[in-house]
Amino acid sequence: MNNPTNLRAQDGPYFGEYGGRFVPESLIAALDELDATYQQAKADPLFAAELAELNHSYVGRPSIITEVPKFAALAGDIRVFLKREDLNHTGSHKINNVIGQALLAKRMGKKRIIAETGAGQHGVASATAAALFGLDCVVYMGEVDTQRQALNVARMRLLGAEVIPVTTGSRTLKDAINEALRDWVTNVDHTHYLLGTVAGPHPFPTIVRDFHSIIGIESRAQMLNDYGFLPDVLAACVGGGSNAIGLFHAFLDDPSVRLWGFEAAGEGINTPRHAATLSMGKVGVLHGAKSYMLQDEDGQTVESHSISAGLDYPGVGPEHAWLKDINRAEYFGITDDQAMQALKALSQTEGIIPAIETAHALAGVIEHGKTLPAGSTILLNLSGRGDKDMETVGKYFGFLGA
Amino acid sequence: MSKTEDVLRDLDSKDQPALVGYFPAGYPTIDESVAACVAMCESGVDVLELGVPYSDPVMDGLVIQEATEEALANGFKLKDLFPTLKRITDSVDTPVLVMSYWNPIMQYGVERFARDLKAAGGAGLITPDLIPDEAADWLKISDELDLDRVFLATPSSSQERLANSASLSRGFVYAVSTMGITGAREDLDRKARDVVSGVKASGSDTPVCVGIGISTADQVAEVNSYADGAIVGSLFIKAYKNGGVAELTESVSSLKSGK
Ligand SMILES: Cc1ncc(COP(=O)(O)O)c(C=O)c1O
Repeated sequence: MNNPTNLRAQDGPYFGEYGGRFVPESLIAALDELDATYQQAKADPLFAAELAELNHSYVGRPSIITEVPKFAALAGDIRVFLKREDLNHTGSHKINNVIGQALLAKRMGKKRIIAETGAGQHGVASATAAALFGLDCVVYMGEVDTQRQALNVARMRLLGAEVIPVTTGSRTLKDAINEALRDWVTNVDHTHYLLGTVAGPHPFPTIVRDFHSIIGIESRAQMLNDYGFLPDVLAACVGGGSNAIGLFHAFLDDPSVRLWGFEAAGEGINTPRHAATLSMGKVGVLHGAKSYMLQDEDGQTVESHSISAGLDYPGVGPEHAWLKDINRAEYFGITDDQAMQALKALSQTEGIIPAIETAHALAGVIEHGKTLPAGSTILLNLSGRGDKDMETVGKYFGFLGA
Repeated sequence: MSKTEDVLRDLDSKDQPALVGYFPAGYPTIDESVAACVAMCESGVDVLELGVPYSDPVMDGLVIQEATEEALANGFKLKDLFPTLKRITDSVDTPVLVMSYWNPIMQYGVERFARDLKAAGGAGLITPDLIPDEAADWLKISDELDLDRVFLATPSSSQERLANSASLSRGFVYAVSTMGITGAREDLDRKARDVVSGVKASGSDTPVCVGIGISTADQVAEVNSYADGAIVGSLFIKAYKNGGVAELTESVSSLKSGK
């Protein structure tokens, strides 16, 4: 790219042809209110101060960067750095967005928040913020996910949230979002829908991105201050795309920095059982935004599959669709098994247990790091810790029982 | 000229209530849905709303969700819509509007969908998740083909948005009676009156029909006292589920006659 670019300045409603507001008219007033509240908050130094204080003394920001040389050796002659979002309060990046939106809910005078969750991390973060701010909280979670992430269901209930298992459709994240949207349409007067990723109608993709952009802003400064260079590559897993865009955004106008997003290829990208939306999907409208999605020729959403609940989603945020089309970011599929092997590898080489979602990015670095020149550097968003996944991991590797 | 508007205005001038009835195409099978729809029109539905089954119907409650899931499970495909529609429009004179979420239409191609709809005798489209702001392609082709296009007007819509929905709608404006999704409710929201008067206050003379949550003859009569028609869906599906075409037609005629 020769021309100076200004990709960072791109805000919704549209990213190229993607984004928009494909929702029932019933939600437009709430989306307008959210947008207006956010614009006011953005211009208010008190809001920024309150958010910064919570990030510092509640979330535990800034998160550190850890270099992982033994893990990096698995990916050839390169250096790998982890941005440790797993060390945030509640154990993943999701809290960044939740604290920000909970403050917006307070500003709007809404006493009830609802959220969807896949892995349960966004649900846990939402339940946490609800406890902190004294809000009622209802979390919709696909029944399949309540089973594979049972520990997080217990965490949410302990925090005082109501968890509603969703039994329609594929009983995973997609259907949890449908149910949350139905609740919101019905209760929009007093309820804020605290959407957990950079998907959904405008202004969600912009707001959620902005609250996560602290990941990249901190990382960029930390790399320059502590190491004296910018990484050659950024790597992140992509479900809806929030941790990835959070890391990428501050670097969008650094043309030397390549952006790699890793999607769930499930049982294989050429099988019907995957969640590789950007790699294999077609453009359509799902959950209020135009973007890539997994669908059949009739426009019916196709069920996604991934061993990781947080990536098991047939849609993706519109900004990623745009970054793919303009060739600013590259997206690859990673199978269940690749992810599980990488999860074990990081645990055993570095003593860091990642979430299965995050492990897709680690596996991606192992596979694609080998294509980089010697001495290349990769900064990977370690989006979450693996405690919630111990049952799946235990079964997968036969670690359970006597 | 809109046949739907003619029908609604004609009933209004005769001081008769108008009933808009929803039924999903392909539920439980294509043949059975044709029979059910024809029977609905013959027993008192003035405008038929033919639903397109969709995997993610966020505006619909459980009754419609389950029915459309069943239609899909029984093999309904989008290409089946037009023959299904044609069989209905060949049998009855009632205007038939297709109600579809946007993604199936986008995948089929907006213009192609509109042309096939027209060719099958369809009157137009109701688009629950397409607001006029995102509807440029649809506005253009529906003007060219003179198809009805029904946008939503809701209790939370600003007066400006109500006016815009009204001025861009043809056939009727779909006034959402209450905040919420489809499904029968005991009390009809007073808010419905406000939405209707907001639309009328914009100076629009497009008919306004009220939907979401209507399930009794009293409600149909009440809605018709201030609006141009009442839209009923979930109740008809329940009736069909309970007692097939016989109970469905009974339900239609009792709602229509106000008993
Ligand atoms: C730890 C972790 N990483 C990543 C994701 C995927 O979401 P996103 O793509 O929005 O970052 C999740 C979602 O649940 C998660 O819990």
